[in-house]
Amino acid sequence: MLEIRNLHAGVAGAEILRGIDLTVRAGEVHAIMGPNGSGKSTLAQVLAGHPGYEVTAGSVTYEGKDLLGLAPEERAREGVFLAFQYPVEIRGVTNAYFLRSALNAIRRQRGLEELDPVDFLAVLDEKLRAIGWDDSLMNRPVNDGFSGGEKKRNEILQMAVLEPKLAVLDETDSGLDIDALKTVAGAVNKLRRPDNATVVVTHYQRLLNYITPDFVHVLADGRIVKSGGKELAHELEARGYDWTREPAAVEA
Amino acid sequence: MSSTIEAQVLQPYKYGFVTDIAADTIPLGLNEDIIRLISAKKGEPEFMLAWRLKAYRHWLTMAEPTWANVKYPPIDYQAIGYYSAPKQQKKLDSLDEADPRLLETFEKLGIPISEQKRLTGVAVDAVFDSVSVATTFRETLAREGIIFCAFSDAVREHPDLIERYLGTVVPYTDNYFAALNAAVFSDGSFAYVPKGVRCPMELSTYFRINASSTGQFERTLIIADEGAFVSYLEGCSAPMRDENQLHAAVVELIAHANATIKYSTVQNWYPGDAHGKGGIYNFVTKRGKCAGVNSKISWTQVETGSAITWKYPGCILQGDNSVGEFYSVAVTNNYQQADTGTKMIHIGKNTKSTIVSKGISAGHGQNTYRGLVKIMKSAEGARNYSQCDSMLIGDQCGAHTFPYIDVRSSTATMEHEASTSKIGEDQIFYCKQRGLSAEDAVSMIVNGFCKEVFRELPMEFAVEAQNLLGISLEGSVG
Repeated sequence: MLEIRNLHAGVAGAEILRGIDLTVRAGEVHAIMGPNGSGKSTLAQVLAGHPGYEVTAGSVTYEGKDLLGLAPEERAREGVFLAFQYPVEIRGVTNAYFLRSALNAIRRQRGLEELDPVDFLAVLDEKLRAIGWDDSLMNRPVNDGFSGGEKKRNEILQMAVLEPKLAVLDETDSGLDIDALKTVAGAVNKLRRPDNATVVVTHYQRLLNYITPDFVHVLADGRIVKSGGKELAHELEARGYDWTREPAAVEA
Repeated sequence: MSSTIEAQVLQPYKYGFVTDIAADTIPLGLNEDIIRLISAKKGEPEFMLAWRLKAYRHWLTMAEPTWANVKYPPIDYQAIGYYSAPKQQKKLDSLDEADPRLLETFEKLGIPISEQKRLTGVAVDAVFDSVSVATTFRETLAREGIIFCAFSDAVREHPDLIERYLGTVVPYTDNYFAALNAAVFSDGSFAYVPKGVRCPMELSTYFRINASSTGQFERTLIIADEGAFVSYLEGCSAPMRDENQLHAAVVELIAHANATIKYSTVQNWYPGDAHGKGGIYNFVTKRGKCAGVNSKISWTQVETGSAITWKYPGCILQGDNSVGEFYSVAVTNNYQQADTGTKMIHIGKNTKSTIVSKGISAGHGQNTYRGLVKIMKSAEGARNYSQCDSMLIGDQCGAHTFPYIDVRSSTATMEHEASTSKIGEDQIFYCKQRGLSAEDAVSMIVNGFCKEVFRELPMEFAVEAQNLLGISLEGSVG
């Protein structure tokens, strides 16, 4: 589904990603971990096409297409979803209207009919039921006046409705208390399917207690310095990040 | 990136055509003979001419105001034509006998006035340069006792009402442009809704400037008698010309006890080109008087046009428990300047006013909110809520806020909120990441910003406002 080869990218001339290689297949969950400043969020933003980042070398192939050649909205319509670390507020626009507009943009791309407000409510209802949430956020303005936890929950709610093929969760666990973390992780698990994939970007291992990854990658100084199975996350929890950067550890 | 946003707000002006029609014009310039000539052309009674001349003589003693936050070269009042009317042979029995070019002009503007194509549910008075060319549904409204006609018809047919109310809310001494208007105004609309009548349709006037070197000076007077209700809409446009044209209008509203007047404007005069050349100077005085108890006047305006806008629709809250409202969206783009806001004068007990102002500045546009809330000693228990929000698009534009508050009653309650925001790259990116185009994202954000004002507009105008801002209102206005 996703092939990242030797990806170099940065912001304002400063290189942050220095040669990332990563393969994600349908049905898989990958966790990208690493210390602050290692480039985790940059990777998420570059995959989504944030205009503030410049790709200087490498390639990203998504479903056989050159992802980097697509505009951010085209990526979204092709099924790439980013759950933002800092979701943006849009005053005066209801969540329901925003989400229906987004869903219709994606449906147009897929050759499906656009949904009117009534049909949309039915779809929304079904998705909410699937993840076991209520519709209390839907008639409020997009992220406006939301608590930190509500904002993160809203991202996952959007993910549930838009049904991406590739979801990138950027620090979705940050700022969540344990109950909210469980709620969010539970929803993400329910959205897992054999034909979609999830990349979870996180600083801490605790989210991975609830979302079990197939692969864990450690990012340091813009490179993946170590990859492994879910047990790697526990090792990181126990030993911290420093040991992963030692050459001996990489070879081991 | 910001150029995408600006391109969205900067839609080409769609109403800039000129209608080729023979006009009856008078020599440029202003003097007492010109005023006598205008009055004679209108076939006015003596009291009107006397009033015009008093206004003119007063105007001569006044100086053009300079306190507004706008810049423009001096206006040469002797270089302006004060009257221009499309030539018409005789009084028409039916609108369908009118010059087809006039009917076509209004049709092109989306204001069909011919018998077959009238908008249902909206009575229209169409003003072309200095005269009203058609008023629809006059007879239907007359059956309810409602008078809706051209101002000049009202002067001839209902001189008693004109004499009783003209200048009672905006006297000719009020300000420079109001004095000028009183001297030379040529037409406009008049509406009177009798006691206890709820006007069954929207009343509206569409103003079109066509002739060059001509100013438009219209005057509108609306009276809602005790317990009456009327909703009135006003629209306007003008050809694209390199010259600046002056539009100095006066609107007076009077609401008697338990009456409500809702006045909505979509102002789309030619704003000038991308370099600030041409465009209308829109110097307008609008004021309503809540004369009786429990009366209510509500102003809603969407100001997207004009090179310069200078306009403060206000309410004099004289009756106890009367209510004044002002909802405004003002957009300035390119080199447009707007200095607009409201005046709420609380006199009666328990009077209440609400002000919601949304300024959007793009390009080199300068947008100023200027508002006065005055609470007199007599206005026990008066309340005001003001909210002024500004949105900046790009980094060459400006937003300014001048709220004046003058409270003389110790029992008054005042609330004021203000904010300034920028359409950010992050907001656009967030929307794009969900699959929306940049255009849809900007419309959605601007639309959300203006929501509290748009929802005050009658349906017909909400659609026009949507077209003007190039935005979709669907669903997000609730």
